Amino acid sequence: MKRVALSGNYAVAYAVKMADVDVIAAYPITPQTPIVEKLSEFVADGLLDAEYINVESEHSALSACIGSSLTGARTFTATSSQGLAYMHEVLFMASSLRTSIVMANVNRALSHPLNIWNDHSDAMAERDVGWIQFWVNSVQEAFDATIQAFKIAEEVLLPVMINLDGFILSHINEVLILPDEELVREFIPSKPLFNRLSPKLAYTIGVVGPPEYYYEMRYQIIDAIERSRKNINEVNREFGELFGRTYGNISTYMMEDADYALITMGAVSSTAKIVVDSLRKEGEKVGLISIRCFRPFPKNDIIEVFEDVKSIGVLDRALTPGGIGHPLFTEIVTTLYDSSKIIPVQSFVGGLGGRDITIDDFKQMYKIIKDVGLSGRRKPCIYIGLRE
Amino acid sequence: MFKTIKDLPRDEYLAPGHRLCAGCTVGTAVRQILKASGGNVVVVTATSCLEVSTSYFPQTAWRVPWIHLGFENSAAVAAGIESALKALRKKGKSNEDFHVMVISGDGGTFDIGIQALSGALERGHDLLYICYDNEAYMNTGIQRSSATPYAAATTTSPPGARSIGQRTHKKDLVGIAIAHGIPYAATACPSYPIDLMNKVRKGLDVEGPSLLHVLTPCTTGWRFDPSLGIEIGRLAVLTGLWPLYEVDRGVTRLTVQVPKREPVRKYLELQGRFKHISENEINKIQEIADKNAEKFGLGPIKE
Amino acid sequence: MKSWKELPIGAMIIEPGNSIEYNVAQWRVFRPVLDKNKCTKCGLCWIFCPEGAIVRNEDESYEVNLSFCKGCGICQRSCNVKAITMIKEEGL
Ligand SMILES: Cc1ncc(C[n+]2csc(CCOP(=O)(O)OP(=O)(O)O)c2C)c(N)n1
Ligand SMILES: [Mg+2]
Repeated sequence: MKRVALSGNYAVAYAVKMADVDVIAAYPITPQTPIVEKLSEFVADGLLDAEYINVESEHSALSACIGSSLTGARTFTATSSQGLAYMHEVLFMASSLRTSIVMANVNRALSHPLNIWNDHSDAMAERDVGWIQFWVNSVQEAFDATIQAFKIAEEVLLPVMINLDGFILSHINEVLILPDEELVREFIPSKPLFNRLSPKLAYTIGVVGPPEYYYEMRYQIIDAIERSRKNINEVNREFGELFGRTYGNISTYMMEDADYALITMGAVSSTAKIVVDSLRKEGEKVGLISIRCFRPFPKNDIIEVFEDVKSIGVLDRALTPGGIGHPLFTEIVTTLYDSSKIIPVQSFVGGLGGRDITIDDFKQMYKIIKDVGLSGRRKPCIYIGLRE
Repeated sequence: MFKTIKDLPRDEYLAPGHRLCAGCTVGTAVRQILKASGGNVVVVTATSCLEVSTSYFPQTAWRVPWIHLGFENSAAVAAGIESALKALRKKGKSNEDFHVMVISGDGGTFDIGIQALSGALERGHDLLYICYDNEAYMNTGIQRSSATPYAAATTTSPPGARSIGQRTHKKDLVGIAIAHGIPYAATACPSYPIDLMNKVRKGLDVEGPSLLHVLTPCTTGWRFDPSLGIEIGRLAVLTGLWPLYEVDRGVTRLTVQVPKREPVRKYLELQGRFKHISENEINKIQEIADKNAEKFGLGPIKE
Repeated sequence: MKSWKELPIGAMIIEPGNSIEYNVAQWRVFRPVLDKNKCTKCGLCWIFCPEGAIVRNEDESYEVNLSFCKGCGICQRSCNVKAITMIKEEGL
């Protein structure tokens, strides 16, 4: 075990190396590129014994990963933005064929206009592909989630996507605890997975599913991802025992007695925490929730912390044009519909395409959340920082 | 080497009961390909006639491991399988040993899949890529591809007052493959089973990527009687429109000589897709055959 | 019909070659009839059949398995000695 300063990208690359992956197939794209560069280096230096496939596109990257995972190899890929969008149809195949691929997605805006900076449009456009989705808040979490992802993916036979914010997490150095490789190996032993493409079995995979079967086949994904909740919690518990750190499906800050809560995902939560601290000093009972596990969505965890909250704000960093609400807002409102409580929820959008969300922006959001709580009436979505 | 029909293995790795059209020569080709493979092979197939007709749940015609993902990515899937096997063997995690083979259509190869194919060939994976070429998108109802021959009618290259049918000429797939510096590529046709099956063996046995371009006449799309597929394939060869050759480590060699060529008219007349063409187009197609003859050393046209 | 719990994961088919259970014989309009006396055992019908409906016996004799035959007539066309005739199925 040692303490080192690493970027989020490198933390992921180290986790993949320690997981002793067998096959990597990935394509460069900013801001993910340092992950695949670092992994290429590990392979070139003989520090990681893996086949590195320099594919010609993200579509092929994920396609190769599916072939690899079904052959029984521990398989990793990484992408971002346009790359993830380019994988779109293959994402469905990776989950429906029940692979155990782990992917890091370094969140970046989608064209047009071309924008290499951070927001959540890329992953939010892939909510329904049947992948488990983690969102991390720190470099340590990026490392830990990657290690956990292999175990979860291999247990539940569903691919896992780890989302880390472009530049903010991917390129900023933070100090993290890098465990010994043996400990990681103890957590995820380096065993081959079941080879479903063995000539000894001669299975047929990727069939035509006619109307009388397609429905049942697709339902299996619903069942698998629902059941994965248990595995996610169990893996997290085991991880805690070995490494001394655990993560919930959500992370909360000052929520015990909070009247007004803001819900975010990803690295902006660190700015939000600063604001919570300063508002608390002013006597405001504010709190913060950050969603770590977006798929499967942690409905019950969220309902629990809402017990005594008077109003909620949801900060979306992606758009659903023409929808009733933006992606995270919709999830939260739907969650509340199933609880016995009626709590006004205010929708916010901010931080698109790398636009900063400042301390003042957060203060403004908390003020609005409080107003909504007092009046009991929410406003239409507020686009924080938008020049009118 | 297979020399006579009697040498060919009895084993059937494509089971009967598949749903290819009656008289579809893709069935013939795949039977021959798998026989030649000996069965120790993982097959990847792109979305296509072959794919939908052999894997209609709950029934499969495959007796070898088989996987289909999408229309454009069969070469990438194969690359992933090959790399996984290589990694697992190297790390002592597996002692399995099998060949990886793609069998995909012309659309999945020439058009939407050419990027993945180019990548796989360029990276040097040890796999055999077989394109079965029925010269159009047959699965979706006979739309043109870049493998559709000049002047042929398809549903998206229909002849009309301002159209002769397909305006463009077939791409040179073997040429494209060889340009990647791969060790082996060849053309084949199930009408010449021994030639085809020996080429499959060569492609599998050579280290690195290899490619086979197999002409598979299509009764439905080319509009000929279902009993004629094998004869039409033979005519494609005998006219010089489909020369059977291989490029083995840089050396091009004709594998089936045609001492006396048939005129292309004989081949075209049998097919509804060429019914509309004029003398002018027939002459142009004859020129294609003549050029092939010159390039590969085929004989002159029969008097 | 199987419930979602009973289907193999990832919609695999785990019985190789079970398409033999699918009835293609009903597609047939013409049926090949092989005259064993004329047959020279060249094997061309066997290697050209798109279905694998021609059975090659251990003694190198051949016969047609009609349950796998769609009646395309490729075998008849490939027979140089005209040992195969196509006969219209009755009741069609
Ligand atoms: C991305 C994508 N685009 C289009 C299709 C529709 N599609 C399925 S098969 C096919 C044509 C296949 O043509 P080819 O590869 O020549 O095989 P064939 O059916 O002719 O044997 C098309 C257009 C698809 N499945 N996926
Ligand atoms: Mg085609």
